[in-house]
Amino acid sequence: MAQHQVNYASSAGLPIALTTVDHLVNWGRSNSLWPLTYGLACCAIEMMASGASRYDFDRMGTIFRASPRQADVMILAGTLSKKHAEFARRLYDQMTEPKWVISMGSCANTGGMFNTYATVQGVDRIIPVDIYLPGCAPRPETLQYAMMMLQKKIRKESANMNNNTKQNLRLV
Amino acid sequence: MRKYTPKDNVQGKSYYTDRFWVAPRVPRSKVEEKSHFESVVKALGRKAKESYVEVGQLIVHINATENFNVLKILKEKCGYTQCSEQSAVDYLAQDGEFELFYQMLNITEAKRVRVVCRIKDGEAIESVCPLFKSANFAEREMFDMFGIKVNNHPFLKRILMPDDWEGHPLLKTYPLIGDDFASWYEVDKIFGKEYRDVIGPENRDPARIDRYDTKRFSRVGYEVPLGADISDGEKEKAIEYSDTLLVDYNTSSKQLDERR
Repeated sequence: MAQHQVNYASSAGLPIALTTVDHLVNWGRSNSLWPLTYGLACCAIEMMASGASRYDFDRMGTIFRASPRQADVMILAGTLSKKHAEFARRLYDQMTEPKWVISMGSCANTGGMFNTYATVQGVDRIIPVDIYLPGCAPRPETLQYAMMMLQKKIRKESANMNNNTKQNLRLV
Repeated sequence: MRKYTPKDNVQGKSYYTDRFWVAPRVPRSKVEEKSHFESVVKALGRKAKESYVEVGQLIVHINATENFNVLKILKEKCGYTQCSEQSAVDYLAQDGEFELFYQMLNITEAKRVRVVCRIKDGEAIESVCPLFKSANFAEREMFDMFGIKVNNHPFLKRILMPDDWEGHPLLKTYPLIGDDFASWYEVDKIFGKEYRDVIGPENRDPARIDRYDTKRFSRVGYEVPLGADISDGEKEKAIEYSDTLLVDYNTSSKQLDERR
């Protein structure tokens, strides 16, 4: 049987935990980051592997959603072509606030090896990015690490998203 | 024992002789008598301007106006029931023409024929969609990439690039990194032109290798002082063309070694 004990020595001797609103809200936000299923190229394979049982994103509270309305994080996994840029931005706009973006892999970061007419040279030209994840393609561990860094970032932010500096980077 | 090679001048000679490897030209052989290909050429009659065999494949040059009739004969009389690829090659700078090709496949005989024709810039070609369904997408792609109009095509529209794209990317005059329209395409489309200043120009390949940069790159074969300007005085090595050396792919691949 589980033993439930209250440590009266901490929390001023009371059976309560004191915290701030920022801390509490960010605790909730950072531990239930739901990314949008958004694979664009080969990085998507690594993203799928991260979600599957071997690497198991679920244990971090990260569950892939197929709808932008239910997602908090957009993982841009792969090469973004100029034809598709419009739709990537639309999906980002459809996500509800607060929202974060991980740019996964060289192609999404800078255009990568596709120094051509048809590839967006870095998704930060159209979407504000929180985490740039290097690699071609990054291993699932790297994506997990990026997600953990994003959690760290969220925990440091203010719960009121208007106070965060990234708001100023939003273009539209 | 291993064959001795003199090593007293290995430093003087640059290791790589070719700056760019040039593919050896494939030899052309005549159409053999009483072969399957001869019957194909006979069926085409005078429509075949020139015909020869390359790597076991018949190449037939025709007039661009006769492309539909030629493919119809190939399909109905010679058993070439598949058009596996159709596209063009940009020879505008060289000849002022496009070279169009149709890659035909005969399943029962396991033979391939390439039908080649040439059109001038701005000319259109007749669609072969009524004969081969596969030509539908192939002709759309040719229109997208080269701007070649196809007459009587059921739905001639860009297939790879966006509908509002300007320019035809596979033309030799089109820069690989795109023109001004291409570089601002997504910004103009999503935010509008007034956001060009906010977002700024594309940062393309900052790690590009500059062959005249003597600070970060060294020369192969000779040395220059650090930071020296060699943009006009650099020794230019002639590219070793191999157009006089013909390689017979049909007999042996060993002959590739003898081209030096």
